[in-house]
Amino acid sequence: MLLFLLIFLAATGAQLFLPWWSVVPVAVALGFWRGTRSGRAFLAGFAGLALSWLLPAAWLHLRTDGILSQRVATLLPLGGNGWLLALVAALLIGLIGGLSSLSGYWLRRAIWNGPPAPVSGAARRQP
Amino acid sequence: MLLYIRALLLLALTGVLTWVLNTKQGDIPPMGKFLSPYQGFWRNAEAPNDFPVSQTLRLPGLQQPVQVRFDDRHVPHVFAQNDHDLYYAQGYLTAHDRLWQMEFQTHVAAGRLSEIVGESRLETDRFFRRMGLKHGAEQSLRVMMADPTIKVVLESYSDGVNAYIQSLTPRTYPFEYKLLNYAPEPWQPLKSALLLKFMAFDLSGRSDDLRMSNILGKFGPEVVKDLFPDYPQREDPIVPVGAPRDFTPVAVPETPASFRAAQSGKVPQQEPDAELGSNNFAVSGAKSATGFPILANDPHLQLNLPSIWYQMQLVAPGVNVYGVTIPGAPTIIIGFNQQVAWGVTNVGADVLDWYQLKFRDASKREYWHDGRWKPVRRQLETFHVRGRPDRVDTVLYTHHGPVVYDHDEKPFLAETPIRHALRWTAHEGGNEVLTFYRLNRARNYQDYTTALRSYASPAQNFIFASTQQDIAIWPNGRFPLKWRNQGKFVLDGTDSAYDWKGWIPQAHNPHVKNPARGFVSSANQFSAGPEYPYYIGWDFAPWDRGHRINERLTRMTQVTVDSLRLLQNDDVGVNARTILPRLLSLVQPQRLPAAQRRVYEELSRWNYRYAANAINPSIFELWYPNLVKRIWEDEFGSTPVRPLRYPSRDRTTTLLLKEPTSRWIDDQRTPQTETLEQLALESLQWAADSLTRKFGPLGPEWRWANQKSTDILHLAQLPGFGRMDIDCGGGAGIVNATSQRNGPSWRMVVALGPQPKAYGVFPGGESGNPGSRFYDDMIETWRVGKLDELVYLASPNQQHPRVHAAWMLQGK
Repeated sequence: MLLFLLIFLAATGAQLFLPWWSVVPVAVALGFWRGTRSGRAFLAGFAGLALSWLLPAAWLHLRTDGILSQRVATLLPLGGNGWLLALVAALLIGLIGGLSSLSGYWLRRAIWNGPPAPVSGAARRQP
Repeated sequence: MLLYIRALLLLALTGVLTWVLNTKQGDIPPMGKFLSPYQGFWRNAEAPNDFPVSQTLRLPGLQQPVQVRFDDRHVPHVFAQNDHDLYYAQGYLTAHDRLWQMEFQTHVAAGRLSEIVGESRLETDRFFRRMGLKHGAEQSLRVMMADPTIKVVLESYSDGVNAYIQSLTPRTYPFEYKLLNYAPEPWQPLKSALLLKFMAFDLSGRSDDLRMSNILGKFGPEVVKDLFPDYPQREDPIVPVGAPRDFTPVAVPETPASFRAAQSGKVPQQEPDAELGSNNFAVSGAKSATGFPILANDPHLQLNLPSIWYQMQLVAPGVNVYGVTIPGAPTIIIGFNQQVAWGVTNVGADVLDWYQLKFRDASKREYWHDGRWKPVRRQLETFHVRGRPDRVDTVLYTHHGPVVYDHDEKPFLAETPIRHALRWTAHEGGNEVLTFYRLNRARNYQDYTTALRSYASPAQNFIFASTQQDIAIWPNGRFPLKWRNQGKFVLDGTDSAYDWKGWIPQAHNPHVKNPARGFVSSANQFSAGPEYPYYIGWDFAPWDRGHRINERLTRMTQVTVDSLRLLQNDDVGVNARTILPRLLSLVQPQRLPAAQRRVYEELSRWNYRYAANAINPSIFELWYPNLVKRIWEDEFGSTPVRPLRYPSRDRTTTLLLKEPTSRWIDDQRTPQTETLEQLALESLQWAADSLTRKFGPLGPEWRWANQKSTDILHLAQLPGFGRMDIDCGGGAGIVNATSQRNGPSWRMVVALGPQPKAYGVFPGGESGNPGSRFYDDMIETWRVGKLDELVYLASPNQQHPRVHAAWMLQGK
C-alpha cells in the first residue's frame, strides 16, 4: 500500500514536468527501494501509474465534455467511447508501471539476494 | 546469477516497451506520448471557459500594441497601428488556430508529405515536384519580394507565425503533430507563395490535352469538330453577348501547320476534381431594395476540416476589411470594407499546355527546338522520406517548363524518346498578394481595376460592387495570347511557332461594368461569347448554374440580402429540366414491370428540385450518367494505354434532343444495333435496380441526401474527425453545389450602404483544433442554408453584444 502511494505520488509529480517515460525510472527506483514481494511490487506499480493517468484523463474528459476523447476513441477505434479510452490508457501505463516496479524489486533481490525484507530501505528511512 | 538475468531481462523488456510506446510505429501514433494526460492529446481538448477573455501577450518584433477582439464565432478582429503589425498579428492569430493545416498544405504543395507520413506519399510528392509547384512559388516569391510593400506583408506575416511556433512546447503542439509525432518547422514567405500555387493547381491544374490528342488521332478532325466544339450550343456567358467593347484587340499569332501528337498513355496521375466551381453575383442599386449594390459569393471547393477558409477583420490606418483568408497567406481573399465588396470564382481558361519533346538521345541532355539542339536543365529534387534513406529525383526543364514524365513510358522511337514538357501560368511569377492587398483597401472601381493588374494565377472571375453604385466583373489573370485552339491538343515542342507568344493585354481581359441588365454574375461558364477576340479555352463548366442564376436574377426586383441567400441555396437542376422530359418520352412505361413503372411515374411528377428529401434526384442522377455512359463508353471510354474523354454535357444534350439516329448511339461492342429508346430503357432499369438493391423498394429511403451522402472529412482523413452523411440538398451542377465531397466552402452576402451589412458562413469553424467547440460549430447553420451576421467593428473598443474577448499583443 505504501509502495503504491509512493509510486502514485512520485510518478504524478514527475510527469507534471518531465516526459511521460520518466515514470519508468521512478517506478524502478521505488520498487527497488520499497518492494517486498514480486506480486505486490507489480500491483503497486500497476495501480499507482494506472491511477496517475486515469484520474487526470477522466477529469479532462469530463470538463471538456469528451470533445476530443470521443474523436480519438473513434480513431483508435474504441467505438467513440472516451471513458473506454481513458481506461485503455490507464491499463497501458499500468502495465509499464507494474513491469518497472517489479524489475526494480527483482534488481534488488539480485543484488542482495537476501530475504524479502526492505533492509536497506528501512535503514535509509530511519537515519 | 539467475536472479540477475531475470531482473535485467525484465528491465530490458520494460525499456523496449517504453521505447516502442514513445515511437511512431507505422501509422500507429506513439501511444505512450499520445495517450498521456500530461502531455498527450488530452491537453488539446478545450472547455468553454479555457479561452482567455482578456490577456496581454508579449511578442518579439511587434512595433506598437495591437488590440484583438474575438466574437462569439471566435473570429478575430485585429486593430493594428501599422501594416507590419497588422500582418504580424494576422500570421500569429492564424497560426494560433490553424498552424497544422497551414504547414500540412504547404508540405503537400512542396512535395514534402513523405517527410511526415512516410514512403506511402512519395509518389504524390514526386508528382507535385515534377509539376513544378515549388518552382512556380519561387518565381512568384521573387516578384513579390521585389515589391517593398508586399515584402513587409509577407515577412511580418511569417514573423507572426514564427512567434506562435516559438511559443509552443511539445505539450502544447496542435493535436495532429502529436498524432503524427513530428514538430512544426519555421515558417517562411515561400510557404505563403506555395499555398497560392497549391490553389492554382486545384483550380487550373486540369488538362484534357493528352486525351484530346488521342481522340484526334483515333477519330480525326471532323469528329473533333462535331463532338468537341469550341463553343457550346447552350451558353450564358459571364460578359453578356453584345456588351460594348472598350479596347482594340491586338493581333494574335498565326496558326501553324497542323501537328498530330504521338498517342499518349500518360495523363496527370491526380487531377483536381472537375466539379470544383463557384458562384458569384452582384445586383445594382437600381435592382436592390436598399438602393445600394448587394454582392454574393460562394466558392465551391473540397469540403474539409479544418475549414479551407478563416474569417478575420483586419484594421490599420487606411484599411478596415472583413472577409476570409486562406490560412498561410496574408490579406483577405474574399470580403468587403466600408466602400466595396468583392469575390472570386474560378476561370476555366486553358492556361496549362503540354509540349511533345524530341530528345537527342536516351541521356536526355539536349532537345530539338527551332532547328537546333538545346540543352536541358536538370534539377535534382531530394526527398527526406520518414524512416527511409533520402531519395533523389531528377526533373528536366526545357524552356517550356518541367518535363513531368520522363520515364515509365514506352518511348515512341528508341532513338528519339518522346516526352511531354508542361507550360503553365502557375510557373509564372505574379504578385497575387498585391492584388488582394489593394482590394482590401479599394474604395472604388478605379482601385479595383488597379488591383487586378498584378494578378497572374489561378485566373479568377473577380466580381465587384461599390457604394458609388458600380457593379462589375472581370475574368482576370494572365492569359497566354493564343491562336484558336492552341493547346486544345498536345503541342509540338520542337517548333517555336507552337510556343506561347506573350499575353493577352490585361486591359483586354473580358470584363463588364454596370450592364443594362442590372446585375453581374459568374459560375465558371465561358468568360465571354464567341465575339470575344481572343482564344482563352474551349471547355468551361456547363452552363447550368450560370444560367439558373441569371434566369432568377433577371426576374428579381427589390433584391434583399435574403433573396441572394435564397439564390445561393437554389436547388433546381437545369440539366434535369432540359433533358428529363426527353428521356421520359423515350421510355414506354407500359413496357416496365410494375415496380419500375412506379419509379417512372414518380419521375414524371418531379419539379427538378434537388431537395434533401426529394426522391427523384436519386433516380435521375443514376439514370442520366448511366445513359451517357452507354452512349459514349464504347467509343470514348479510356483504356490504360489510351486515355480519352466523353464529349461535353452540352454536346450530349444536343445529341439526345436532336440526333436520335446518330452513329454514336449504337454500342459498337455488340453485334446488334441499339437504339436510343433501348439505351434509355435499360439505363432507367439499371437505376431503379441499383436504388432498390441499396434502399429497398421505392420509398422515403430513396431520398437524395441518403443517396448523395455529403461528407466533410478531416484533411488527413482521420475517422472521427470529420462530419459524415450531412442531411442537405443540392448537387453538382446545381447553384447549391453541395455534392458528395465538394460544395460551397464559404457563403457570403454583402449589402453595401452607409454601413455595410454582411452575412456569411462556412462548413466548419474558425478553430483547426478538433478539441475546440469552434472546430465545426458553423456546420449546422451552413447545412440549413442560413448565414451568420458578420460582426464588422468600427473601433477597437466598440461595444457589441457578440464580442466578448479582448486581447492585447505587445512587443517585447
